[in-house]
Amino acid sequence: MALTHIASSSSRSIFLKPISTALSSTPFLRRLISSAADDSTTLTIETSVPFTAHNCDTPSRTVETTPKELLTLFRDMATMRRMEIAADSLYKAKLIRGFCHLYDGQEAVALGMEAAITKKDCIITAYRDHCTFLGRGGTLLEIFSELMGRQAGCSNGKGGSMHFYKKEAGFYGGHGIVGAQVPLGCGLAFAQKYSKDENVTFALYGDGAANQGQLFEALNIAALLDLPAILVCENNHYGMGTAEWRAAKSPSYYKRGDYVPGLKVDGMDVFAVKQACKFAKEHALKNGPIILEMDTYRYHGHSMSDPGSTYRTRDEISGVRQERDPIERIRKLIFSHDLATEKELKDTEKEIRKEVDEAIAQAKESPVPEPSELFTNVHVKGFGVESYGADRKEVRAVLP
Amino acid sequence: MATALQRFGRSFILISKRQFSNSSTSCEKKIAQQSGKSLNLYSAINQALHIALETDPRAYVFGEDVSFGGVFRCTTGLADRFGKNRVFNTPLCEQGIVGFGIGLAAMGNRAIAEIQFADYIYPAFDQIVNEAAKFRYRSGNQFNCGGLTIRAPYGAVGHGGHYHSQSPEAFFCHVPGIKVVVPRSPQQAKGLLLSCIRDPNPVVFFEPKWLYRLAVEEVPEHDYMLPLSEAEVIREGSDITLVGWGAQLSIMEQACLDAEKSGISCELIDLKTLIPWDKETVEASVKKTGRLLISHEAPVTGGFGAEISASIVERCFLRLEAPITRICGLDTPFPLVFEPFYMPTKNKILDAIKSTVNY
Ligand SMILES: Cc1ncc(C[n+]2csc(CCOP(=O)(O)OP(=O)(O)O)c2C)c(N)n1
Ligand SMILES: [Mg+2]
Repeated sequence: MALTHIASSSSRSIFLKPISTALSSTPFLRRLISSAADDSTTLTIETSVPFTAHNCDTPSRTVETTPKELLTLFRDMATMRRMEIAADSLYKAKLIRGFCHLYDGQEAVALGMEAAITKKDCIITAYRDHCTFLGRGGTLLEIFSELMGRQAGCSNGKGGSMHFYKKEAGFYGGHGIVGAQVPLGCGLAFAQKYSKDENVTFALYGDGAANQGQLFEALNIAALLDLPAILVCENNHYGMGTAEWRAAKSPSYYKRGDYVPGLKVDGMDVFAVKQACKFAKEHALKNGPIILEMDTYRYHGHSMSDPGSTYRTRDEISGVRQERDPIERIRKLIFSHDLATEKELKDTEKEIRKEVDEAIAQAKESPVPEPSELFTNVHVKGFGVESYGADRKEVRAVLP
Repeated sequence: MATALQRFGRSFILISKRQFSNSSTSCEKKIAQQSGKSLNLYSAINQALHIALETDPRAYVFGEDVSFGGVFRCTTGLADRFGKNRVFNTPLCEQGIVGFGIGLAAMGNRAIAEIQFADYIYPAFDQIVNEAAKFRYRSGNQFNCGGLTIRAPYGAVGHGGHYHSQSPEAFFCHVPGIKVVVPRSPQQAKGLLLSCIRDPNPVVFFEPKWLYRLAVEEVPEHDYMLPLSEAEVIREGSDITLVGWGAQLSIMEQACLDAEKSGISCELIDLKTLIPWDKETVEASVKKTGRLLISHEAPVTGGFGAEISASIVERCFLRLEAPITRICGLDTPFPLVFEPFYMPTKNKILDAIKSTVNY
């Protein structure tokens, strides 16, 4: 299979590995990590704003981290940012077709969550799934291949932008129907509870999705059965062109579970997200579901056909970039603890840029799926469907 | 989202504009006599909605983002003109949108609900099938929601993938109590939509999003309606009858033109209303030609083509010279990378015309 071929032929390449393992290639990081003193240093950091709680305690604002974690977070977040910007260009070059939703601005949610949990915990999300997949250990090659509909993609090129999955890392995707993934997440959580393996499910949805009826159905059943389900509302304040307050009578999404506790979290602060997710996991294993509202922001428009500037002001966007950007926050922390120089971080970003470009080049080499793949995975066994190409000459496939 | 179709548009240069402007039924002749402007399909829909709200103070338009004009610009200008009490955004909740529309219609209003893409109509399936369709029957005619019209863009757009391309019409054709209507062109869209809005039954109106910007023809500016449950012969012929609806008709028409070059004369019928459908027009045509081909984008198995085929066999068994052929979408989910293979393309239709005629 092409995927294994590519992977084995260049297994040294950084972009074939999950993001954080690529870390050791950064010179100053090696320096830092190899120095035992630096490695064991713990840094104490205060989250940007206090948490707001609904029917539960608030986690402490004080978070401990290490130089290594800080630098890793910087690299991972910058990779996500670069990847999404590259996807934007590929879309404009018509190399990515279909619908494509970018995550830049929201990176701290995906990474903060990962930092608090294990790959045995499950994540399920909607269509804005590229970075969540990367956070779960997916590779840039799998991502760009899937975006361009190539065999080396994480769904063999059959899913596209909205349908990324990674079973072995507990990533259940990648769903196109707004809100539909949340009840699924509760089903996952039931299975986890039943098998008593002390894992939880994070079911992510948007502020727009928060108004779908099935969310409330799912929440009720999760609370009735005390499921280890964590409902994460990624509140980027818009559902397509609709501002949250136009669509929700109460945009306090963390309170909307009523009988289910909730926390409001600064989703632009990766350490606040991490702290909240750790708290939520403990809570959910002991007491059942909890809602986390992540106050975040998407820089891009809703999808590639939305310029993103008709329903919000440019000032609003640049204000968030200047004051709340999750990457800049980490950059400042790194400087204030004197962990790297400006140049070193710039070099890291250059390296990332190169990795992304290389992954794209390699993804372009991956072939599109065989036409016979059109008929596979519909059922366990096919129907013996017969088909042929648009010009009746290309392919004639009679399948199982 | 507003520019979504501009992108799609470029890949569809194949379809010639004004495909159907030479249609010749008496109804259309009458329309054509009035002066009209060149309009694309979404503007024709927009015009129909303006007229519907203007002519009936008890008409309302609502759905996701409609007061901003909607994803496909079909509701542009309505909120400005008629106010936010009659044209309003709903939250993202399809089941709620349709249920709300049923209640509004039950009080004697015209509820015009938009579902952003036909792919997202499934959360509202229960409301349509169990509430809207059966309200009149089970209340012994005390209540009905005849004022309800649900508009939804359906069908392929070149690269829409799994959730922006589906053609779900057949599910609704299995439901007595609603009507299902699909227009093929701007002029048809305006007249049929006005009929649907004013029809005393709940209607699901599927708009071919492929054609929103692409199809352009003269559309009279005045208020006119086209009859429901009346199919139209848009091209006369003697060797084989082709039946379709919506965007598929332009593909079928191209196949008819190509077949003509091989000396095969095709009759092309636009069904327009899928339930209750005009069996007589199709029957009369098949009795004349002795052959029938049906084409739709939805998967072939259980598609509405199956119903047409069964009914025509019942009515025309002794007149059929060849098995009825269906050229439809394949029995797979709507694919992302394989759209050209999945689609009932012109060449697939042309092949089927030839093999049916030479059976
Ligand atoms: C059932 C359903 N209705 C409508 C849509 C179209 N749609 C896709 S995304 C979206 C907005 C969702 O906003 P939100 O939940 O806030 O998520 P965000 O895009 O901001 O991440 C809409 C209306 C859909 N995919 N599914
Ligand atoms: Mg949102």
